[in-house]
Amino acid sequence: MGRTLSEKVWDEHVVRSSEGEPDLLYIDLHLIHEVTSPQAFDGLRLNGRTVRRPDLTLATEDHNVPTLDWDKPIADPVSKTQVDTLRKNAADFGVRLHPLGDVEQGIVHVVGPQLGLTQPGMTIVCGDSHTSTHGAFGAIAFGIGTSEVEHVLATQTLMQAKPKTMAVTINSSLPEGVTAKDMVLSLIAHTGTGGGQGYIVEYRGQAIEELSMEGRMTVCNMSIEWGAKAGLIAPDQTTFDYIEGRPEAPSGDEWDAAVAHWSSLVTDDDALFDKEIVLDASEMTPFVTWGTNPGQGVPLGASVPFPEQYDNAEDRIAAEKALEYMGLEAGTPMREVKVDTVFVGSCTNGRIEDLRLAAEIIEGHTVDADTRLLVVPGSVRVRLQAQEEGLDKIFIAAGAEWRGAGCSMCLGMNPDTLQPGERSASTSNRNFEGRQGKGGRTHLVSIPVAAATAIRGTLSSPADLTPATTGSN
Amino acid sequence: MDAFTTHTGVGVPLRRSNVDTDQIIPAVYLKRVTRDGFEDGLFSAWRNDPTFVLNDPSYAGGSVLVAGPDFGTGSSREHAVWALQNYGFKVVISSRFADIFRGNSGKAGLLAAQVDEKVVQRLWDLLADQPGAEITVDLESRTVRAGEGPDAIEDSFDIDDYTRWRLLEGLDDIGITLGHGDDIDSYEASRPVWKPATIHS
Repeated sequence: MGRTLSEKVWDEHVVRSSEGEPDLLYIDLHLIHEVTSPQAFDGLRLNGRTVRRPDLTLATEDHNVPTLDWDKPIADPVSKTQVDTLRKNAADFGVRLHPLGDVEQGIVHVVGPQLGLTQPGMTIVCGDSHTSTHGAFGAIAFGIGTSEVEHVLATQTLMQAKPKTMAVTINSSLPEGVTAKDMVLSLIAHTGTGGGQGYIVEYRGQAIEELSMEGRMTVCNMSIEWGAKAGLIAPDQTTFDYIEGRPEAPSGDEWDAAVAHWSSLVTDDDALFDKEIVLDASEMTPFVTWGTNPGQGVPLGASVPFPEQYDNAEDRIAAEKALEYMGLEAGTPMREVKVDTVFVGSCTNGRIEDLRLAAEIIEGHTVDADTRLLVVPGSVRVRLQAQEEGLDKIFIAAGAEWRGAGCSMCLGMNPDTLQPGERSASTSNRNFEGRQGKGGRTHLVSIPVAAATAIRGTLSSPADLTPATTGSN
Repeated sequence: MDAFTTHTGVGVPLRRSNVDTDQIIPAVYLKRVTRDGFEDGLFSAWRNDPTFVLNDPSYAGGSVLVAGPDFGTGSSREHAVWALQNYGFKVVISSRFADIFRGNSGKAGLLAAQVDEKVVQRLWDLLADQPGAEITVDLESRTVRAGEGPDAIEDSFDIDDYTRWRLLEGLDDIGITLGHGDDIDSYEASRPVWKPATIHS
């Protein structure tokens, strides 16, 4: 019987397999950041262990770093200690680090693909749940805890029970103006936050094939939001074109050998998945969340749901609690929800394509007087590219704040946070209570919805905008 | 890691589903570089509410948390497990755990016991009727026990064989894996040359 893509990649990385034990899996790339690694390096020191393969390890500073004044010492002493600790650990153990101020610094899941380190058929881990992002290249990529970070540092392997396989097939094409983000938010509303639990998911079908690498990364990024172990997409010409010529991509004969192998990484026709979900992209519309988990979402054209409409008691109670926290009344049209802050950025939507799309919509408009628009590039490279294309000028002219690279308001570990009761439309990945700051209220949205919302001050899509007054094209 | 065989302690009902890791410990508390001291951040937003269960003296000293489904969703932060442990919890009982949280629990020595939804409900009912009641979690026999007489609860819980064995023995994973060093060496010798590296000699 044939094998699925994820089974092929898995099998290629099994170092040791024994009945009744998890497989020992080789890890091709271990990404590290300042928040989840200090205790792992401490563990190595305590046991007199070293990093087995510093050459398969890459560290960057992203979660804590300020997006203003990044050329000055970090003001928050606790954040500074954590960042300094990463610098010391990287130096002591010989790990390559891209610190704040370095041209390759940025969100770990933006940096890996950008450097060409993320390639098809790899196993990639990081002490960060959005490691699933790298699955867009046909890699098995997943988040791990700090004990596992220590395990990978010491052994370059992980013990992992083989997950079940699931196919999510998304047929036909997305309508104009509907993005990968809307696709994945629709999917999560369909499955719930636990729907993918225990599975490695392969996204496939015409609508997936038609996505750019950036779009595919957005979809795979949010695999964890419906509980999947990992999400991946078969590599194709789009993938190869994205990787070719990047600093760490193979070249010459090695490129040919790599592409030949990568081309074999597709699910065989006779392979069976343990579960399948089929969705139709042509029915998808701009999608936004109303509640406090990523599964609590509705089309932008819909209204805040009534808790009574849920059959399941748990869902009903969860909806009541979410409405209370979010300060929303059931039945309110989503388009009437007024927003204080719009956040464009994160490992979900902080890539150059995202900023181009946001700028295209915003150009010639002005940000609503009562709304703040924060644009945070996913990496320094993204920031520089955007500046080269003049996108920064468009954002600034509209009244937006143009910031330095990092995780920023996605999780508010740096000074970019919501105030209690403040409401955001955010292109990030989690709308949990307090995620963007204590008492903050988050609506997850796509780039076009974020851009239009910043202009109108209420949840909106570009279709709601009156034509721009100047500079439109 | 200390071995875990059986534990008896006061049960704490957390009547919520989808308790994500940002609720267990918000990001702002993740800045410490040690494995201890995270108890202050545990459920920090909810602890401002005087009616929150951890503020209820009847459950003081609780060490067995009984939560709704999809416990530990979201972030990979092992700090969520440490925060529960630092506060004094030894066991979390739920009908469904997020994968990474369950994995982290197994590594750090917190028992994540998965039971049927009905068992969670019965435990909640018992703890509401008799606040301060104790729950026994026996890893050897994979059993949860609580209450007495005709309403006594006794049911099995799920945990994978390998994690159970490691917890029972208190084993260090890295030590086990380093014992397979030869397998790792030979795997590395077979890796294609075009695989990327972060450092070039």
